[in-house]
Amino acid sequence: MKILVCITHVPDTTTKITFTDQNTKLNTAGVQYVIGPYDEYALSRAIELRDASGGSVTVLHVGDAEAEPTIRKALAIGADDAIRVNAEAKDAFFVAEQIAHIAKQNQYDLILMGRESIDFNGGQVHGMVGELLGWPAVSPVMKLDINGGTATLAKEIEGGKEYLEVALPLVAGCQEPIAEWRIPNMRGIMSARTKPLAVVDPVGSDAGTTVAEYQLPPAKGSCKMVDAANIKELVDLLKNEAKVL
Amino acid sequence: MSVLIYAEGFEGKIKKSSLEALAYGAALASKLNTSAIALATGTFQASELSALGKYGASKVLHVSDQRMDETPVAAIASAIAAAANAGAAQVVIMPKSALTDSASSKVAVKLKAGVVNNVVELPDLTSGFKVKRAIYTGKAFAVTEINTPIKVLLLRKNAMNAIANGNDCPVEAFQPSFEATDFGLKRLKVEKAEGEILLPEAEIVVSGGRGLKGPENWHLIESLAKALHAGTGCSKPVSDMDWRPHHEHVGQTGVKVSPNLYIAVGISGAIQHLAGVNSSKVIVVINKDPEAPFFKAADYGVVGDAFDVLPQLTEAVKALN
Ligand SMILES: Cc1cc2nc3c(=O)[nH]c(=O)nc-3n(C[C@H](O)[C@H](O)[C@H](O)COP(=O)(O)OP(=O)(O)OC[C@H]3O[C@@H](n4cnc5c(N)ncnc54)[C@H](O)[C@@H]3O)c2cc1C
Ligand SMILES: Nc1ncnc2c1ncn2[C@@H]1O[C@H](COP(=O)(O)O)[C@@H](O)[C@H]1O
Repeated sequence: MKILVCITHVPDTTTKITFTDQNTKLNTAGVQYVIGPYDEYALSRAIELRDASGGSVTVLHVGDAEAEPTIRKALAIGADDAIRVNAEAKDAFFVAEQIAHIAKQNQYDLILMGRESIDFNGGQVHGMVGELLGWPAVSPVMKLDINGGTATLAKEIEGGKEYLEVALPLVAGCQEPIAEWRIPNMRGIMSARTKPLAVVDPVGSDAGTTVAEYQLPPAKGSCKMVDAANIKELVDLLKNEAKVL
Repeated sequence: MSVLIYAEGFEGKIKKSSLEALAYGAALASKLNTSAIALATGTFQASELSALGKYGASKVLHVSDQRMDETPVAAIASAIAAAANAGAAQVVIMPKSALTDSASSKVAVKLKAGVVNNVVELPDLTSGFKVKRAIYTGKAFAVTEINTPIKVLLLRKNAMNAIANGNDCPVEAFQPSFEATDFGLKRLKVEKAEGEILLPEAEIVVSGGRGLKGPENWHLIESLAKALHAGTGCSKPVSDMDWRPHHEHVGQTGVKVSPNLYIAVGISGAIQHLAGVNSSKVIVVINKDPEAPFFKAADYGVVGDAFDVLPQLTEAVKALN
């Protein structure tokens, strides 16, 4: 089975977000970049599926060369090869067009992504890729098994879980507990250096959306402390001051 | 010309977040001098749909096809795109949910529309069409310009007040033509989560962390939640240890909530947890450690032992009712 895993290169979840250049750019000073956490679930599940039944795992990233250490990390975790589309990820549709273009050139059975990127949180690239390819797209997927040409999966829905069956090929947006994250071992890290990483040019159109300006939320006021011996006061404050009860 | 609002339902009721989307759509439609049309898919009582007029819909299109009750994403996307085309919609608005995240992306491709998720305010129309959306899991906002003729917006919960102040509106049957693949996924079964209140929809959320010590103590959280008609949540380690089900885990890698009131008990306030709750209107933190970082993000704090404070708080809330 040929699996494509699409990964983002995003600030670590502990990053304090600030902006520069008149609030038009993320301030990257001191920012640690990681594979998007949901993408890492997708990657881990892809490797498990390949290890169980053969095939290959290709990772794909749309972005500039700065993401290469993140791509190498995915190779160290166990992907076989990588593709980087050398372009700024302008918006979800632009990224989806790149992924669909690559998918049309190679015969993948499965495209796995994260349920959402943790920078722009759109949760939309997988649905767009599915639409562009005419494949079913399912998200957020918490469990995924492949049996021959058929996938069975558990998807989170409002108020519960839905179990679905669908014929491959398929696009899925993944979240835990689909797989355990994998920690790269020494052999993985060594071999990652020599695994193929192809750099290709982008295709397609202008972005449908552009960011005019970034903003930070207003600072939180100070916290009003209530004595643990006087819990009734808390309820009074919530009712009469905050007016939320 | 029109503004189309997808009114998502849950078990035969239009969700509160859909009413917010309707209020948003109606406000936008009046700015654009056009009308707000709602679309609902699946089985509803007629009165549930005509009542959408009270929130600003001038009419409701209803796809009553029973297959829609299983919420097939592709078919819902086809219905939304068909309704948008039928009404020449300039803007399509949906409440943000797991369903609309996926459906909206298909709608956007079908309509060649720019799409923006997690919208928190009405758009600025002074030059172009700019909307403010939450990014970095609520740690920041991006004012985003949409350059396509049709725009698709997903509205974050609690971004708009839904107030019923109009009259009922007409409901029209709507039958889009579906594609063969729209019902291509076979539903094997559904598992319902216990608890009646959907966490992402809850007005009040009570969450517990590792400070609760074990699943056997969760009745303390549940009693308070019950007294408040609240949903229950937890921190990630709590769901990782299977004290609570995964879908209750709140934060950067879990559910993002924006209730009126979030009560965090025995949760330290790690940045990844805060990312899922930072758009709550009011945050109350109960923690025995006065240095717990969560107090910095809180509006009200109690330094105390959860095992003492929770029963007292539950009693005080009950006394109120
Ligand atoms: C990539 C990544 C993603 C993550 N995503 C999430 C996420 O989405 N959501 C999330 O929650 N976490 C997430 N985490 C984990 C996060 O970093 C913290 O580890 C976690 O939130 C801590 O949970 P906690 O506050 O319950 O436990 P602890 O940090 O152990 O805190 C327990 C708190 O309880 C207090 N306490 C103890 N006993 C009592 C008592 N009797 N009464 C009152 N208070 C008491 C303590 O003072 C302490 O503050 C993520 C981590 C990573 C690396
Ligand atoms: N620049 C990118 N390169 C590769 N994959 C991406 C990129 N952006 C998003 N994705 C994939 O699409 C998923 C959903 O992203 P989003 O729609 O931005 O929330 C992510 O979890 C990734 O798997």
